[in-house]
Amino acid sequence: MSARELVFWADAIVAVMSAGVVVLHRNAVVCALALVMNLCSIAVFFLLLDAAFLFAVQVILYAGAIMVLFLFVVMLLDPEGQGLAGRVGRIQLTLTVAGASLLLVGMARALPSAVADTGILPEGFGGVAGVGRLLFTDYLFPFELASILLLVAMIGAIHMGKKEVER
Amino acid sequence: MIPFSSVLIVSAVLFAMGLVGVLTRRSALVIFMSVELMLNAATLVFVGASRALGTMDGQLFAFFVMTVAAAEAAVGLAIVIALFRRRRTTDMDHVSLLKW
Repeated sequence: MSARELVFWADAIVAVMSAGVVVLHRNAVVCALALVMNLCSIAVFFLLLDAAFLFAVQVILYAGAIMVLFLFVVMLLDPEGQGLAGRVGRIQLTLTVAGASLLLVGMARALPSAVADTGILPEGFGGVAGVGRLLFTDYLFPFELASILLLVAMIGAIHMGKKEVER
Repeated sequence: MIPFSSVLIVSAVLFAMGLVGVLTRRSALVIFMSVELMLNAATLVFVGASRALGTMDGQLFAFFVMTVAAAEAAVGLAIVIALFRRRRTTDMDHVSLLKW
């Protein structure tokens, strides 16, 4: 087993455990911090998969910006958290876990048909220059659409978040 | 180098865990976090496929997924704040007016 694979599986354990904390812990603040951990471990996956640019974006944008937003709202509204609580029925919980396991089995069964690795990577794979060049040539239209989406989301968020005007 | 199948296994596990979170938790905020988990699992598959195929298109898709996730988080959290202002709760069981 190569060093890269070793790091991959160690990181996989970190990712799965932090995901478990997100799903199971009663306190929402702990959940948010575990999610930061999970996002960072995903970022390490990106690095291992030769996506250096996405690694940086993941850490800065996701683990940084989005999670600050999350933590801010959690602290503002729900510092106690509400947890799994007793009112999730046993039947519901069993069905949920069974459904998720079924999904997992289905995905595992699809593995043999997965794409085989070519193993050959072009020069500068996953770097800023390569991603940037693609982004402004082949993916220019989606890029512009994404900017419009962000603008719409910003306007929507401001509208939802502002105090209602007394009439 | 890392085989694509191991990437698929890890992301399938993460996706399933996120699914359990969405279906069992009651706090709107934690449901959002579980959705982020699922989104990230999907992103991981894109990046893994990009690596396996030797083209960067998958990474571009991952980039766009992140953009959408950012927009979703902003709007979603604004909705949660608006909800809390009106109802003093983020418990989804108390916000079931539109549920049959």
